[in-house]
Amino acid sequence: MSADPHEEALRALQVAKHFGSVRALNGVSITVYKGECVVLIGESGSGKTTLLRCFNRLIDPDAGEVFVGGRRASELDPVLLRRRVGYVPQDGGLLPHWRVRRNVELVPWLREVPNTRDLAAQALGIVGLDPAVFGDRWPRELSGGQRQRVAVARALAARPDLILLDEPFGALDAITRAELQASFHEIRQELSVTAVLVTHDLNEAFLLGDRIAVMRQGRVEQLATPGELRGAPATDYVRQLLQRARVTMI
Amino acid sequence: MRFSALAALMLAASASPPDQSSRPRPIVVASKPFGESYLLAEMFAQLLEARGYSVQRRPGLGATEIAFQALRTNAIDVYPEYTGTGLLAILGERPSPDPQQVFRQVSTEFRRRYGARWLPPLGFQNTYAISVRKETARHYGLSTLSDLARVSRRLKAGLTPDFIGRPDGLPGIQKAYNIGFREVRALLPAVKYQALASGEVDVIDGYSTDGFIARYDLVVLEDDLRFFPPYEAAALASSNFARDVPAGLAVLGELSGLLTEGDMRRLNRRIEVDRIPIPRVAAGALLALGLTGSTTAPDRAADTLRAGVLAYMWSQRQTVAGLTVRHLVLVGISLAAAIACALPLGLALERRRSRAEPVIRAVGLLQTLPSIALLAFMIPLLGIGLVPALVALFLYSLYPILRNTYTGVRDAAPEAVGAAWALGMTQRQVLRYVRLPLAAPVIMAGIRTAAVINVGTATLAAFIGAGGLGDLIAAGLALSDTRMILSGALPAAVLALLVDAALAGCERLVRPGG
Repeated sequence: MSADPHEEALRALQVAKHFGSVRALNGVSITVYKGECVVLIGESGSGKTTLLRCFNRLIDPDAGEVFVGGRRASELDPVLLRRRVGYVPQDGGLLPHWRVRRNVELVPWLREVPNTRDLAAQALGIVGLDPAVFGDRWPRELSGGQRQRVAVARALAARPDLILLDEPFGALDAITRAELQASFHEIRQELSVTAVLVTHDLNEAFLLGDRIAVMRQGRVEQLATPGELRGAPATDYVRQLLQRARVTMI
Repeated sequence: MRFSALAALMLAASASPPDQSSRPRPIVVASKPFGESYLLAEMFAQLLEARGYSVQRRPGLGATEIAFQALRTNAIDVYPEYTGTGLLAILGERPSPDPQQVFRQVSTEFRRRYGARWLPPLGFQNTYAISVRKETARHYGLSTLSDLARVSRRLKAGLTPDFIGRPDGLPGIQKAYNIGFREVRALLPAVKYQALASGEVDVIDGYSTDGFIARYDLVVLEDDLRFFPPYEAAALASSNFARDVPAGLAVLGELSGLLTEGDMRRLNRRIEVDRIPIPRVAAGALLALGLTGSTTAPDRAADTLRAGVLAYMWSQRQTVAGLTVRHLVLVGISLAAAIACALPLGLALERRRSRAEPVIRAVGLLQTLPSIALLAFMIPLLGIGLVPALVALFLYSLYPILRNTYTGVRDAAPEAVGAAWALGMTQRQVLRYVRLPLAAPVIMAGIRTAAVINVGTATLAAFIGAGGLGDLIAAGLALSDTRMILSGALPAAVLALLVDAALAGCERLVRPGG
């Protein structure tokens, strides 16, 4: 367990968010500690992606407060905040008109640090892609798995303390997904970067999460380690979820 | 025509040679788009030049409405008009069968309402000549319009749009003679004689001085109820012309009363049937009338008369080249202005999407205005010539560029835009580095569409005196000279292809990688 209970990386306090008449977040409170990986899991519409997007101010809550590194997110410049936080969307979101190297250099370039090329090469190396081979390729010349690896490299290139991943492996085939999950697990242990990962895949949650937040209808039903979750599900909903998951985890 | 001859003499007596020291401004001579009008305007122009005035020619400017609108606003100085047209189509007055009374009426009223001056008539009338083929006349026993009224419901008419609309045209004869045709087709002057000769239509509205009437051996039906008012040809001058260059006005007065209907039919035949260039016919006529010396227009070789289109174009290469450059100027300036406006507007609308559709649709409405109508609207606002044409072409170019910019930027790779935003690009950076490059092919497609439309529409600019390749098309249509039409239309088509190819080259330059 790499979680340090004394150093908080992220905190959501009574966060609420409406989209029109839809209540996406209904007073969510959650703390993420430095170095741990918290997985947000739930069905579509449970609010997990909305919560993730509050952490780098892609969404600002209607009520409640988000703290990043102990500071109120609402007082931070959103653009500068996003440049300090890695982000991996489900579809990779690589810029199709930029080569792989330039895609990976994006955040170092935005932060105007000097050695963007080295940082990009290191990040590509971390995700298992040889920069000499892949650096000059166009995104369309990559497989789905390779594209997702580049997206992870891009999120890590500026060496952020925190990365947010929105169903990063959800669109991949089962074999590629398993490979990337294993890679990501290793990378995270190597870099001890704090991560919040959204998924609807329980296997992924149990594999990658130091703690798992089960979300439902804009609330956190239970936030616990995988062991605690298995041993003592807090609600009927969590119990049903686990029963279904065991079927697939034989 | 003693009255007008006398008036001409009086005017000539008061005329003094232009004062060279004060450098009088050029006199703008225009015409309506048909052969006789071209010829008379060219005669005006050459006569003025022979007397030392500088002249700007605006041949084939537009039909009555456009030409008079231009004269009223002093955008042109003089053009040949007909008294009957002035009375009915412009003043909207009831016709009188007496030519002198009609002339007095238009003289007084034009001066009072518009400050415009009618010079004493040139000496001939060019009235409507409702014509049929000889065998039609024989078959139905037709010699008058009253005869025509008996059988008109069995006949097809091919009439100029002008005639169909104006009160002294179709609506008038329908009322006066109870004439109603089985079918009325709108035909341009250039094609109506051929349509009649080939049997496509049975009745047309000719002009009594047309060279074609004799050529196609047509029967002109007599206006037995004297419905058509007298259409005496005369120079119609603007208020500024009369004020600024009174001596020049007097020079034109020298022509009054000198041309008979027979003269005019012969001259028209030379340009319409024999295809002799108008400047030469005009020079010959002025010489024969004793108004100019023998050294006016250089006599060009007659070998171009029977030559094919390409040989004709080659013989006219300087004119064609000059008009092509003018065409490119029209297209280039209006397109550049449209890009400069529509591109930023498209980007701005992308940020205020709720307002985008109404704005784009409003701009799209401009596109639905017929080009000729838009050009005509421009005249009261901006006069004639380059500026109104540029504005009209600019307005036509806006929509394709605006629509494609907005749609292109809005729909450009949303997942890439989302990621760029989430990783800390500013709005401006997202636009510059992601949206614009990815939308570039769509935006360029809009610009190419606008450019090609623009090259085509610019040919219509000739009708408001802006020049360009449309000059040749308009003149060719008026003279039913296919070679002349093609010598304007072919370069315009080639120009459209070249402009499109050039922009395709630009598109490759701005196309994003990957």
